[in-house]
Amino acid sequence: MQNLGIIFRRELMGYFATPLAYVFIVIFLITNGIFTFELGGFYARGQADLIPFFGFHPWLYLFMVPAIAMALWADERKTGTIELLLTLPVKLADAVLGKFLAAWALTGIALLLTFPIWITVNYLGDPDNGVIVASYIGSWFMAGAYLAIGSCMSACTRNSVIAFILTVSICFLFVIMGSPILLGAFPDWTPQVIVDAVAALGFLTHFDSISKGVLDIRDVLYFSVFIAIWLLASAIVIEIKKAN
Amino acid sequence: MIEIRNLTRKFDQVVAVDDLSFEVREGEVLGFLGPNGAGKSTTMKVITGFLAPSAGSVTIDGFDIGSKPLEAKALIGYLPEGAPCYGDMTTLQFLRFIARIRGFRGEEAERRIAGVMRDVALEAVTHQTIETLSKGFKRRVGLAQAILHDPKVLILDEPTDGLDPNQKNQVRELIRNLARDKIVVVSTHILEEVTAVCTRAIIIDEGRIVADGTPAELEARSRYHHAVEVRLSGELDLAQELQGVAEVAGVEQDRLDQASFTILSAGKPIFARVSELAQQRQWPVEEFHVRRGQLEDVFRSVTEAAQQQEAA
Repeated sequence: MQNLGIIFRRELMGYFATPLAYVFIVIFLITNGIFTFELGGFYARGQADLIPFFGFHPWLYLFMVPAIAMALWADERKTGTIELLLTLPVKLADAVLGKFLAAWALTGIALLLTFPIWITVNYLGDPDNGVIVASYIGSWFMAGAYLAIGSCMSACTRNSVIAFILTVSICFLFVIMGSPILLGAFPDWTPQVIVDAVAALGFLTHFDSISKGVLDIRDVLYFSVFIAIWLLASAIVIEIKKAN
Repeated sequence: MIEIRNLTRKFDQVVAVDDLSFEVREGEVLGFLGPNGAGKSTTMKVITGFLAPSAGSVTIDGFDIGSKPLEAKALIGYLPEGAPCYGDMTTLQFLRFIARIRGFRGEEAERRIAGVMRDVALEAVTHQTIETLSKGFKRRVGLAQAILHDPKVLILDEPTDGLDPNQKNQVRELIRNLARDKIVVVSTHILEEVTAVCTRAIIIDEGRIVADGTPAELEARSRYHHAVEVRLSGELDLAQELQGVAEVAGVEQDRLDQASFTILSAGKPIFARVSELAQQRQWPVEEFHVRRGQLEDVFRSVTEAAQQQEAA
């Protein structure tokens, strides 16, 4: 556990020691603003809520989060520091989790820095702040799911660009799983159970209710289990690479 | 003690390490030699637990690196090939990170960091980010992290690669000072380094041990062991002169310097005998000295022999 904290701190410090964290945060905030105000019609809707803000997060994360995740392991492999890290007396679980949590914290920080929009909506009207808090938490968990996929893809290759492309592709698959784009593509004779099962695995199914302020424990559980599975897969990939 | 039993490591179909077995005991400084691609780095990566063996086992002081990795790794200090370090950190930040991982806190950690920074002369770059450092400094940061916890087992993969002659000397001095009750394994392809710091040398080629002994023992296997080098100032047929002298195995003329000859020994020191002959027969000798067996010769002969066998 101690080592987990040490690795977490080192990783987070690493993000802020380079321009990466600042570039990520600034671009995240700008795109968020564009999506919410321009595409989401934040003002035109005339409602004091953050639905247009959160509604774009699955699509925003699709490009922003893999950009962070791609370096997690691929860069360590490329620079050789993975050899240093994995020969220190550190459990692999601590390393995988520490790195993931640091990246997750960075997305959390970026998300928190969107607070002016929360102030704005409170200034303009009288929103349900409980709903907004719930949506923030849900959005952060969803970001974690993207990151966990990215962690695994990054462990697969020493090339972070490949890791990025793979992560975006897989994340995209999970985003559209719950959307009419994919569900509509099933032929009519497909049993409803299968369509439902596929939809249940998609991000949107779970995020839609969250973005409307319903923080169902099952949705949080879905993202938590999803993260756990992909992190486990990351660890397994790293173990396999040790032997091959 | 490091025990390596029947270690084999394959990459796809390529066998990098082939059924390797050896032990290294406390107090030994083992020079690990071999041509590029012989399996030196792979062996070290398996010993330190970065790679899993395809077959066989590695134990460090009784801890199997596969089943008790944390206990084994805690005993090891490792400088990987190329000395990778986190480039975005300063030297001090990086060493603090390593110190914490190694379980040192507060004053103890600071004392150890200050100690290793002094040992490898890093004070000048304390607050510099590692990626901006020169190759020599980077290598020393890598060394510093390896010795920070005063490890029982030190595995150094080409520790002096990329250092200037002065820095090379410093590192060798450091290794010599470390040694006493420790186990040090140094891979290198600089042979003089082995003579300078190692108590034992293993030459591996194509993943197999082709020679194992003290540097002196290996030098004795050189065909130039006990040989005498002679430089003549006038005409003389040395081969003719030495015909029938039992102790002499042959005479070789230097390819570049036609006046220089090497008189090969049949096994025993021949200096006294040859100098006696030179005086008796009044050879026009300009220079005259004993040539030491060179590790280079042994290295070349054992690794080439292995390759020829492979070809045949």
